Amino acid sequence: MSDRLLTCVEAIREATEQEMARDPSIIVLGQGVDDPKAIYGTTRGLQQRFGPGRVFDTPLAEDGMMGVAIGAALAGLRPINIHIRMEFLLLAMNQLVNMAAKCRYMYGGSVSVPLVVRVVIGRSWGQGPQHSQALHAFFMHVPGLKVVAPSTPYDAKGCLIESLRDHDPVIFIEHRLLHQRKGHVPEASYRVPFGKARVLAEGSDITLIGISYMALECLRAQRYLATTGIRAEVIDPVSLSPLDIETIAASAAKTGRLLVVDNAWLGCGASAEIIAQVVERLQGRRQLTVHRLGFAPVPCPTTKNLENLFYPNARLIASQVYAMLRSPAEAWEPVEEPALELVEFKGPF
Amino acid sequence: MHARFYRSLYRIRRAEEEIARIYPTDKIKSPTHLSIGQEAVAVGVCEALQPQDVVFGTYRSHACYLAKGGDLKRMMAELYGKAAGCAKGKGGSMHLIDPAHGVMGTSAVVGTTIPLAVGYAYAMQLQRQPVVVASFFGDGAVDEGVFHESINFAALKRVPLIFICENNLYAIHSHHLARHRSDNICERARTYGLPATRIEGNDTAAIYEAVSAAGQAIRERGDGPVFFECMTYRWKEHVGPGEDFALGYRSREEAAHWMAEDQVAAIGAQLPADVRRRIDAEVDAEIAEAIAFAEASPFPEPEALYTDVVAP
Repeated sequence: MSDRLLTCVEAIREATEQEMARDPSIIVLGQGVDDPKAIYGTTRGLQQRFGPGRVFDTPLAEDGMMGVAIGAALAGLRPINIHIRMEFLLLAMNQLVNMAAKCRYMYGGSVSVPLVVRVVIGRSWGQGPQHSQALHAFFMHVPGLKVVAPSTPYDAKGCLIESLRDHDPVIFIEHRLLHQRKGHVPEASYRVPFGKARVLAEGSDITLIGISYMALECLRAQRYLATTGIRAEVIDPVSLSPLDIETIAASAAKTGRLLVVDNAWLGCGASAEIIAQVVERLQGRRQLTVHRLGFAPVPCPTTKNLENLFYPNARLIASQVYAMLRSPAEAWEPVEEPALELVEFKGPF
Repeated sequence: MHARFYRSLYRIRRAEEEIARIYPTDKIKSPTHLSIGQEAVAVGVCEALQPQDVVFGTYRSHACYLAKGGDLKRMMAELYGKAAGCAKGKGGSMHLIDPAHGVMGTSAVVGTTIPLAVGYAYAMQLQRQPVVVASFFGDGAVDEGVFHESINFAALKRVPLIFICENNLYAIHSHHLARHRSDNICERARTYGLPATRIEGNDTAAIYEAVSAAGQAIRERGDGPVFFECMTYRWKEHVGPGEDFALGYRSREEAAHWMAEDQVAAIGAQLPADVRRRIDAEVDAEIAEAIAFAEASPFPEPEALYTDVVAP
């Protein structure tokens, strides 16, 4: 393991720069990629090094520019199209769903769309109903799109490199609160393969699946639970489509209990998909207790006290696990440690 | 040049007449939007392009595909849903493609290939490839936001692209003046900073001359993009093999004017009779061969359902 510590922002920037130096077909386009904020720093210096032809700001035209990226991909380039909020991708759904996801199939395999869509989701500082949504389930629903949501700097770098060497459209999801998370990242290039979940903590009593930022909250919950003697296994799917259901189902078969914590609403979402696939595999062979946690089924409120109720957190996860394990269910709540990335986050974005 | 125009016009006309003839047998299980009456635009544009140039089209693109050199046998097999089709039977009439001949794709959703053409042209410019891209779309696509987003970016980056608006006056059954306050598509294009010209009369030679000059200016001086509005007229119904005058949204009298100026007949009449007979015979034989090929080809194997979703 490398002893070099980087943030996710630094890992994403390094992956992009290394790949652009290796492969001249990679271009970066999106609103603000060359501005002083440089997409939270992730694109800083790229235009200076690779020129305005390969790194450029775009008009505020999400549908059109997604189509431009797809057309460039059809011509052999490898575009990275960046959006600082997932809401903005809704304006490009036509191109993503009707074209990017379908070109290879509807043209009989005669073309490829090697496109990476980097998109930021996130709670952070009162983002409210239109700056907070995590709509990965929309994209997971569509054959032809790959969806990844790494939660560590190591996986952020490796997944982005994997995305840039893939031959199909990839939706690369970054949580704003993970951007400043630090972790070990090797300097040399490496790939984190799609369709491979990562076991973040081993345990025998329950399987916790944490998507994106919820992987971090699940790890916190795992530490709370350890004080009560409950050993939770924590898995980060990393790649949502393709999904490594084998690793998740094997863990659920071992523990007999599965709690999926999504950084999103539950209805028709990733959590429903994961539980359905696990039950399809294990039913009749293993007694299972399943449960889900996610966003409250309302638009995200902006005011802090309601926002805190909208999101699941480590304390809620730990209490839920405790109730699932103790029969008849007993109530227990851990003493809360502050989530530093929340406490330390400063606005406006 | 007349013989080249005529061969291409006649080939498209006859291929589509055969498609219309076969259609009621239900062997072609794919919605087909026939270009009959509109062939002049595809032929005038594609004859002016070079082999390495690239076109993107709409769901009404048999003409564009064939005029650019797309493989007729594979198009016919595609309409029949056969494995030998240009999209292995998975696309059908609305998703024709032939990258080897610069046909980079047609699409069922109005306006969706316009930004793809712009992006393709951007890639050619960035890589200094001597390729000009033509983007075909109808007057209906001008209503779409993506048209405006695309034309703005194309103008901003001065990409090597020729916009071809095939104005056949109707989006399905809706007249363009029911959708636009005035008849000013070119004026709108000009506001984005590119030259725009309307070419009247469904005139193959006029379209050819204009696009040739634009293509040369783009190649020699980087003078892209350029916009042409080509006035034309669809003879058949929006989708399917029949006529639709009984629907009442347009009159037979309106169509009669365009039919009297039929480019297949007009350009054919300028050829010596023996030349025309020879072209007709060769094209008829090629079409018969393509239909026989499509009829005889096998359907895709069941495993094909799951192939080409993502790269293997």
